[in-house]
Amino acid sequence: MANTTHTTIPTVPEVARRRAGRGGGARRPVTGPSGRARRVPRSLQGWLYAAPTAVMVLIFFVVPILLVVQMSVSDWSLFAGNRGLNAPDNFVDASQHRLLWPAVTFTLKYTVITTLILLGVALGLALVVQESTRWKNGLRTAILVPSALGLASASLLFYALYSPQSSPINPALAALGVVDRPVSFLGTPDSALWSTVFLIVWRFAGFYMLLLMVGLQGISGDVYEAARIDGANRRQIFARITLPLLRPSIALCTILCVTGSLLAFDQFFILTKGGPDNSTVTIVQLVYNMAFAGQNHLGLAAALSVMVLVALLALNALQFRGLRGRED
Amino acid sequence: MTERSTGVQALARTPYYVLTGGLAILFLFPLVWAAVASVSPQGGTAQTDGWGFGNYETLATFQAGIGRYLLNSTVVSLLAVLFTVSISMLGGYAFARFRFPGKNVLFMITLAILMVPYATLLIPLYVLLNALGLQNSLLGLALVLTMFQLPFATFMMRISFEAVPRELEEAALVDGCGTFRALVQVLVPAVKPGLITVGLFAFLAAWNDFIAPLILISDSSKVPLPLAVANLRGQVMGIVDYGATEAGVVVLALPCVVLFLLLQRHYVRGFMSGALKG
Repeated sequence: MANTTHTTIPTVPEVARRRAGRGGGARRPVTGPSGRARRVPRSLQGWLYAAPTAVMVLIFFVVPILLVVQMSVSDWSLFAGNRGLNAPDNFVDASQHRLLWPAVTFTLKYTVITTLILLGVALGLALVVQESTRWKNGLRTAILVPSALGLASASLLFYALYSPQSSPINPALAALGVVDRPVSFLGTPDSALWSTVFLIVWRFAGFYMLLLMVGLQGISGDVYEAARIDGANRRQIFARITLPLLRPSIALCTILCVTGSLLAFDQFFILTKGGPDNSTVTIVQLVYNMAFAGQNHLGLAAALSVMVLVALLALNALQFRGLRGRED
Repeated sequence: MTERSTGVQALARTPYYVLTGGLAILFLFPLVWAAVASVSPQGGTAQTDGWGFGNYETLATFQAGIGRYLLNSTVVSLLAVLFTVSISMLGGYAFARFRFPGKNVLFMITLAILMVPYATLLIPLYVLLNALGLQNSLLGLALVLTMFQLPFATFMMRISFEAVPRELEEAALVDGCGTFRALVQVLVPAVKPGLITVGLFAFLAAWNDFIAPLILISDSSKVPLPLAVANLRGQVMGIVDYGATEAGVVVLALPCVVLFLLLQRHYVRGFMSGALKG
């Protein structure tokens, strides 16, 4: 995957060792007590080093994937456990759930808004702090500090920041004469959505800025120089050079941001609890509610999460194909 | 002459400094506000008049006490760091330096963890941990969090080992070291930046994780800190104690911000080199 020279072109000793194979270091004299280790064939040694990874991946990833598929076709409740197959009841019930389509619509709306604003802001910030001066390094640090917080901590912070009792925002706005009566940040469906988007932009702008800065640094200064000599102005340079050459980084950010937003949970669970009136229930929240809050129906939740998995894989395959198509 | 022109330049750039300075304040404001609000007087909290640590006292005596939750979070985070660093170190070595049947399949499956939604895995994991007798346990939670870290950690360690010149390891092997001794004595010092990055990411992820303990831990005395602070909000007769919430956020954020500032240079560089190679 990376640094292919090391994996594809074996060095001379590597070839020698491979030829030696099970013979155990016939080419090289065994010296000292550690010769014991060399009698183990090299491929077996590789497996031994990879074994902990393999065990973890098998128990905590492969088995759960198989289990979730089994659960999705079973009558499986939180407390009573597995009560046998009932396919395709769970899938039918999940797709007819009264909150499913509102949740899908809301999640998609949230994803589009968040991705557009977040990447726009991150790109702007990356362009501003790109060069390394003392002032810009400080600026970069200030923008990156929120990324150190957990999403749950950040949501709790904004929960207090938006609250009618402790919020400093409303008094400030009133003092400036911007508003007559206090703004309710989480009270209406729209304000709850935008307040959450603001929280997410605050928390993640630094992270995506960093990713885009990596892309910007990959653009050679010569290209800019050539454009400037040809008389291109700033806007032309941005539109014709920076944006096209930054496309791989922007694509990576888009995939990460879209996937992350589609699976949003913490921020809404803490800030809005899905309210007001279930207007901010996301798909993952619906999965959680089906399994652990109220319905306690693990089979139903498993069916919905399998549907989410399939949809996400399809979407990612599409995004990757779109990416590759453009690069060709 | 030059002095004067730089002065004029600086003056011309004043709007720029005001604008970008405002930007920095915008990003820092919520954090500073939380810290200040947690010790300032406010109605409906434990700190009603004068400045002080009343909110932190509420936090200290909430249910099992903040000490308990801090301990839970610390245990889970340290276990996750230990598991992630040791497993990805051995795995990265295997993927970078050995050929063995199933190598590419195992590597692809490890990376595929990234493609699967958190919630899709947590529902079967809830059932699986019960079956393994690891329900409600910090060890089970740490193992699950380690699994979520493996794609990034394994990838990072693989490229770290691949970047080490092969000659370094060959020399050790010719000198009669086994591969394990070569790993410990020669390679580990060389991949230390990668190990620190992997460990830092694992710590931050485990310390901050919310949905995994929400689903996997039901015993309220075993929950880690983020969940405890979230629970704290609705506990006191349905009235939210925002002061205690602010104090909780400060306790949660402080180690992360300090770690970030300490390791910032390293974090940003490690991240950039990793991203570039990917």
